[in-house]
Amino acid sequence: MLKTKFLAGVAAATLAATAGAAMAEDAISDGAVKIGVLGDMSGVYSGDFSGPGAVAAVKMAVKDFGGTVLGKPIQVIVGDHQNKADVGSATARQWIDQDHVDMITDLTNSAVALAVQKLASDKHVITIASGAGSTELTGASCTKYGIHYGYDTHALPVGTATAMLKNGGKSWYFITADYAFGHDLQKSTSEVVEKDGGKVLGSSDVPLGSTDFSSYLLQAQSSGAQVIGLANAGQDTVNAIKQAHEFGLTSGGAKIAGMLVSIMNIKSLGTDTAAGLEWTSGWYWNMDDASRKWTAEYEKFSNGASPTFVHAADYSLTMAYLNAVKAAGTDNPDKVRAELGKMTIDDFYTKGGKIRKDGLFVYDMYLLKVKPGGKDWDVAQVVSKIPGDEAYGPMNKACKLAD
Amino acid sequence: MSFDVMMKLIMAQGMLGLNNGVFYAMLSLGLAVIFGLLNVVNFAHGALYMTGAFVALILNSYLGVWLGIGWLHIGFWPALIIAPIVVGLFGILIERFLLRWLYGLDPIYSLLLTFGITLVLQGLFINYFNASGTPYPGMPESLRGVVNLGFMMFPKYRLFVIVFSILVCIAVWFVIERTRIGAMLRAGTENPELVQAFGINVPRMVTLTFGFGTALAGLAGVLAAPIYSVSPLMGANLIIIIFAVVVIGGMGSIAGAVVTGLALGLIEGVTKVFYAPASNTVIFFLMVIVLLVRPAGLFGRQG
Repeated sequence: MLKTKFLAGVAAATLAATAGAAMAEDAISDGAVKIGVLGDMSGVYSGDFSGPGAVAAVKMAVKDFGGTVLGKPIQVIVGDHQNKADVGSATARQWIDQDHVDMITDLTNSAVALAVQKLASDKHVITIASGAGSTELTGASCTKYGIHYGYDTHALPVGTATAMLKNGGKSWYFITADYAFGHDLQKSTSEVVEKDGGKVLGSSDVPLGSTDFSSYLLQAQSSGAQVIGLANAGQDTVNAIKQAHEFGLTSGGAKIAGMLVSIMNIKSLGTDTAAGLEWTSGWYWNMDDASRKWTAEYEKFSNGASPTFVHAADYSLTMAYLNAVKAAGTDNPDKVRAELGKMTIDDFYTKGGKIRKDGLFVYDMYLLKVKPGGKDWDVAQVVSKIPGDEAYGPMNKACKLAD
Repeated sequence: MSFDVMMKLIMAQGMLGLNNGVFYAMLSLGLAVIFGLLNVVNFAHGALYMTGAFVALILNSYLGVWLGIGWLHIGFWPALIIAPIVVGLFGILIERFLLRWLYGLDPIYSLLLTFGITLVLQGLFINYFNASGTPYPGMPESLRGVVNLGFMMFPKYRLFVIVFSILVCIAVWFVIERTRIGAMLRAGTENPELVQAFGINVPRMVTLTFGFGTALAGLAGVLAAPIYSVSPLMGANLIIIIFAVVVIGGMGSIAGAVVTGLALGLIEGVTKVFYAPASNTVIFFLMVIVLLVRPAGLFGRQG
């Protein structure tokens, strides 16, 4: 009896030792580093904002990195969450449980990003949301493995609203996409407007993907507001600006402030229809030599489409993640997250960017405006630089990871 | 808000409502014509409307590329004629090869068939284009710009759509209610055997009527293309409202469909002034009331 117990003990000890050795050898779990690009591949954000262009950016980064890290291949898997949190969660769950994904990125649409960030963090998987905007991601819902890279609904209105207020746009009316992202955007912008002595006269909530904004625009017009703030994104923004032009709102003196505008929006509207529009962005393809050089390379991956700042962020964050894996010597999420926190991001995308404890990537933003007479992709010009700390503000106390 | 501003806003939202209303009217008109003669609830009507918009888009932006003729852009005016013909012919094919087999059966079968056609069409267009919509760039130069209506600036094109659609509705009503062809159609609904005995080819008449009803949907699609983005789901968003319109107006009543369509568009618009979130539901609220009070609809014959 005693003998059996002893033997069993030896067996168990041996097993544990070999298992430990095996783990030490396998710095990369499951023989590959898997990056999941979970985005809106067919809906409102697919064409003008993120979508397949994000996949191109991530694949380009993987190729530029050399295709392998620590001797193991880097794989990219792609999913379409259709702007539905449940679809996004189900895909993420399958990726984590069955495909053993190591990092999930893009996550355009804040409702999806919040759901997936929580799910992934519970399962110790790093998420780097680039397409989502909600400050919630690094606020009350912040997680140990969740990173927010590119922009948020605080950083964007700070630049745009401050500039509009300086030019005399004191009274505002919001046309808001009716979900977490839009409401966040409206809330942060209203705070800036009211802090700087402006006034919010009202708002209309519009379901995501509406094609007819005319009745909301009329509501905005009859409020007498000087600035109509578009707290929406993608095709919604395009339709709203186009119809504001159609109904003669802009020629009637009202100004349109885009809270989230991508250069593809301006391209599809034309610089005449969008004339005078100002907005904030983290990057613009034609802002310096590094950005132009990167763009020329990117266009080979995207059938000639120019990158939005989200696409550039996707490349930058993929590189950062892979460098962190390399520096950590493992794809263990705790170690990789620690490396990411130590890094300073200096690349074509930004200089001196830092990922904070709460998961927010803080870097300098730019106020852009429509370039008069701009053609093709050359639709914007930089007005001014907004320092990262000013744009993103201090850590949200609601986040349990904040100091 | 002062009284003056309020009145202006009501009138402005009313104009936009009327703008939506003409689409409700055109679509429920086609639906009513088809239901009146064939007793088929054509669930594919929204998808055919969407197809009409896509035909206009393809003629303008894609056909030249597909054929390799760079300069070929077939604009709005030709599309206004070509697209309804294409969609009408497509409708005729549906009637001849699919619907015809289901006439003797319970109406639920034709409803399921047309619903299936809707899903197939939507799937095809999502596959080849995208789900979010593509702007139609072919708005004619002569209809660009705005008209000052006194209480609002209104795009010329939308004004054109309102006038043009109302004329089309009146013309269709006139043909069906006041001409010999219309009389034959109506007689065919009442007693097909008897009409056949007079030497009229009823099956052919049914095919042509179905084609005509779907052509109206195609026409509405072309008119909608420059206003809304051309999207595979544009019909799906509308079809539920159209059915509500037909139910309120009375199944099969031509004038009922048109008047109800316009009126509901107006009501929906004006609701936006007072409580915008209710504008999505006000039509269904009215539908419930009408069904309780007049189950055959406002213009339907009480059975």
